[in-house]
Amino acid sequence: MRSPDLLLPALIVPAMLAAIAAAGCATQSGTPIAAEAPHPQVKFGKPISNADLAAWDIDIRTTDGKGLPVGHGTVAEGKAVYDAKCIACHGPEAKGGPVYGTMVGGIGSFKTSTRVLTPGSMYPYAPILFDYIRRAMPMDHPQSLTNNEIYAVSAYSLNLNGIIPDNAVMDQNTLAQVQMPNRNGFIVDDRPDTKAVRCMTNCK
Amino acid sequence: MSTKRDAGSGTVVDGFGNSARPVESSAESPVVESPARRNFLRRGSTLAGGVIAGGASLAAAAPLAIPDTNQTFGKPIAEADYGVPSKFESNVRRRRTDVLKNRQNYSDWSMTPLADQHGIITPNGLIYERHHNGTPDIDPAKHRLVIHGMVREPLEFTMDDLLRYPSVSKFYFMECSGNGLTDWLKAASTTVQQTHGLLSCAQWTGIPVSWLFDETGLDPAAKWVMFEGADGAGHVRSVPLKKVLDDCLIVYAQNGEMLRPEQGYPVRLFVPGWEGNVSVKWLRRIKVGDEPWHFRSETARYTDPMPDGMWRQFSFEMECKSVITRPSGGMSIKPGMNEIQGFAWSGNGTIRAVDVTVDGGATWREARLEAPVLDKCLTRFRYAWDWKGGPATIASRAVDSTGYVQPTVADIAKARAIVGFVQHHNGVFPWSVAASGEVKNAIA
Repeated sequence: MRSPDLLLPALIVPAMLAAIAAAGCATQSGTPIAAEAPHPQVKFGKPISNADLAAWDIDIRTTDGKGLPVGHGTVAEGKAVYDAKCIACHGPEAKGGPVYGTMVGGIGSFKTSTRVLTPGSMYPYAPILFDYIRRAMPMDHPQSLTNNEIYAVSAYSLNLNGIIPDNAVMDQNTLAQVQMPNRNGFIVDDRPDTKAVRCMTNCK
Repeated sequence: MSTKRDAGSGTVVDGFGNSARPVESSAESPVVESPARRNFLRRGSTLAGGVIAGGASLAAAAPLAIPDTNQTFGKPIAEADYGVPSKFESNVRRRRTDVLKNRQNYSDWSMTPLADQHGIITPNGLIYERHHNGTPDIDPAKHRLVIHGMVREPLEFTMDDLLRYPSVSKFYFMECSGNGLTDWLKAASTTVQQTHGLLSCAQWTGIPVSWLFDETGLDPAAKWVMFEGADGAGHVRSVPLKKVLDDCLIVYAQNGEMLRPEQGYPVRLFVPGWEGNVSVKWLRRIKVGDEPWHFRSETARYTDPMPDGMWRQFSFEMECKSVITRPSGGMSIKPGMNEIQGFAWSGNGTIRAVDVTVDGGATWREARLEAPVLDKCLTRFRYAWDWKGGPATIASRAVDSTGYVQPTVADIAKARAIVGFVQHHNGVFPWSVAASGEVKNAIA
């Protein structure tokens, strides 16, 4: 929370912004400049149907899996995909390879002096695996895996981290239901969190 | 000459000022020719007199030859070209970190040579880079921007469409949340390029995102917006709708020319004052929703370790910060007059003041700010220092228009866990000056 002496500017600034926006001339210096571009009241966008943008519509709302596509994959299938397309950078069993460090372990490490960040220890929601692997992996050919392959690699990663059993099948329902260890590990920004003062003499 | 600055007390100088006066809080204040400038001119004429007085012996010791360049053709003007810096400036380069060695250079970063930046604008070829799968090479004629989700009507824009709108140009700094992450508790980096070079400043040109939302219409329940790139990482972040409507820009140009490929050509998002990671480059898709997506890039990365094993999320604002760029690590100075120079900036407003210490933090004196002092923009400060030649530790401390005072690392460590790759380092950053004049990183 802001201290009381910071509260006033916090209230005033949004009000000023609103006033400037209402005048249609947001300026950087605080001085209204008539020549600055007003809202144009023109429309240059062309309507597009959801069907036409389907191939681009790849985001997953990871909290509940909204956007996960139809498909499924097993741990064993995931190991096969991983060994063919991921192992070169991440190493056998995702324990680290020539390019990247481990993607296994770290659960329970955050209260120690060495926090080990892996999908298992860090992701609060399992569908992050699907969203990220689909959009970014493998790095030399992203968006090339099939939905089944992505579910399978997600299953393999979760299994290597001890979060789902060997016989688990991941699909648009089961992946969203996986309970991740770091589910409650986040707080929302609460800065400013420092209270430095402007000491000028005899400061230490 | 005149200058503009935002509300706030402080001192503004123009040119050589060593004794410009504080200006009142007003939108536009004239800055008079400073007495210091007149002093400088007088000192110049005195020096010239001295040269004349001792002229005979000095001339014999070092006669000036006519430069070759005075006696030949220069390079002719090309029919068409694009100018590049002098070959004698070839050391001024973006550089990757010299502390961490990534074993691939696609998800990597390069840093701005801040000590060689004159003025507040970073040249386009020196603006820092942070990519997650290299720089794509996008044909603007084929590029499309789509807005969909919780809108009345999904729309598609070509680059030609976007360039038809009236344009807006704004000066803003951009800083990576990871700037300084190698130098919290140990002096790992040598130069200010390495300690602070994930920082740049430019004039950005484009159109407010809000104009395009007026066109698509927004569902009244909309609260968050997702921005996604056309790069090999499909880089994506969630941004609160309130911020998007306040001041976010769809940017296609920087410093007077179209974006460089590594800065998002042909179009990017720009989120003023917030961590650079949310200013998604190569922008291809905007989706409106009612809650954040919690992507990898806002959970497993770009979050801050906190006590008790927790992580702080959505810590977007780059809080008030400053650093001395001259003298800085790797330089060597001589006793006598050394002007301390540096940058101050805040993602929460304008710079109100910068203080400088030359005795390791025991005593601080207010530095002079150089106009213009702009919202969420780099501000230059300067402080005349007569170095007597003994060991010294110098540092700067900025105050912004909210009253926030730049903390020390010790201040920050009281609130957060400084463990691993820690983001959002805005701590006061000291440099030590040895009796020899050698300047070194003194963060720890």
